[in-house]
Amino acid sequence: MKIKIIAGICLLTFFAMIYSCQSDASIEYSRYYSAGAVVYQSHCQNCHGDKGQGLNGLIPPLTDTVLLKGYNNKLACQLKNGLSGKITVGGKDFEGTMPTSGLSPIEMAQVITYVTNSFGNKEGIFTDDQVQNALNNCSK
Amino acid sequence: MRKLIGGLVLIMLLAACKSNTVKVLPIYGNRNAETKTVNGQQVTDTVYQKVPAFKFVNQYGDSVGSKNLQNDIYVADFFFTSCPSICPGMQRNMLNVYNAFKDTSDVKIISFTIDPKHDTPAVLKKYADKLGVSGNSWWFLNGDRDAVYGLATKSYLVGVTQDSTAAGGYVHQGYFVLIDKQQRIRGSYDGTDPKQVDQLIADIKTLKAEPISK
Repeated sequence: MKIKIIAGICLLTFFAMIYSCQSDASIEYSRYYSAGAVVYQSHCQNCHGDKGQGLNGLIPPLTDTVLLKGYNNKLACQLKNGLSGKITVGGKDFEGTMPTSGLSPIEMAQVITYVTNSFGNKEGIFTDDQVQNALNNCSK
Repeated sequence: MRKLIGGLVLIMLLAACKSNTVKVLPIYGNRNAETKTVNGQQVTDTVYQKVPAFKFVNQYGDSVGSKNLQNDIYVADFFFTSCPSICPGMQRNMLNVYNAFKDTSDVKIISFTIDPKHDTPAVLKKYADKLGVSGNSWWFLNGDRDAVYGLATKSYLVGVTQDSTAAGGYVHQGYFVLIDKQQRIRGSYDGTDPKQVDQLIADIKTLKAEPISK
């Protein structure tokens, strides 16, 4: 009987620990996501649109979920170095220039988390550390 | 019966009130009182600021200008194709104006480039194609730099300057300026604000309904 109670308490503690961990992670995610929304509005929205719709044949949309899958490292480098030349997004070719963003790594992490979890994308959190790591490995 | 007549009179009165309150857009810019002698009598009239004649090249390589706009209401704005800041948002909003009036023959849109060196007619054509603009209801005009800047600041009252420290190299205001068939300014709207652009679309309809007075 005693053992059962102790085992029960242990189990409960275990689940509580897991639960609190998860909620910590989700708080962190929410923090990135909401900060990212603000960065997006002031740095990206004018061109890419409030719904990530882009602008016809001029500016690519951010709604190509297939392209954006596992694209986070590239996004970080594109934010840092800008982007020019031909790019195919959503089956359409684009060839304008995206200027360098001038964002700090933490802002990049926030806005990437926002973009890759909005407009139909669902890629989860992309942290400050992951951005740093990506920036160290940019091909340029 | 009496009640019926009373009601009818009331309705007629209300209707009369309504027809008296037709909305008229204000006329902006400088104005002068000019006194002329007409048929031996002194007549004083108000002379409003007008957009002077201009002639530039559009995205099709055609030489066009104010002469082609004499019978049109048009919306003017200033932009450049490589603009990284406010232009994409402005053109997104201008597309709403374009879509609202592209089949209306006497309403046009004129976008002047403030970077004529880079934005040749060929570049402007490509830009228009990518934006999804065709036909002659929206012209992208390339003209002499000083002439365009002069028109912007003096005639359309939109601030434009070259500034190497600014993103893209130019500073310009994002106003959409509404010009009537007598080349007078009838409205100015923040082209980056979708709500003001909705107002512009409504005002164009108001202006179209206005009786012409020369």
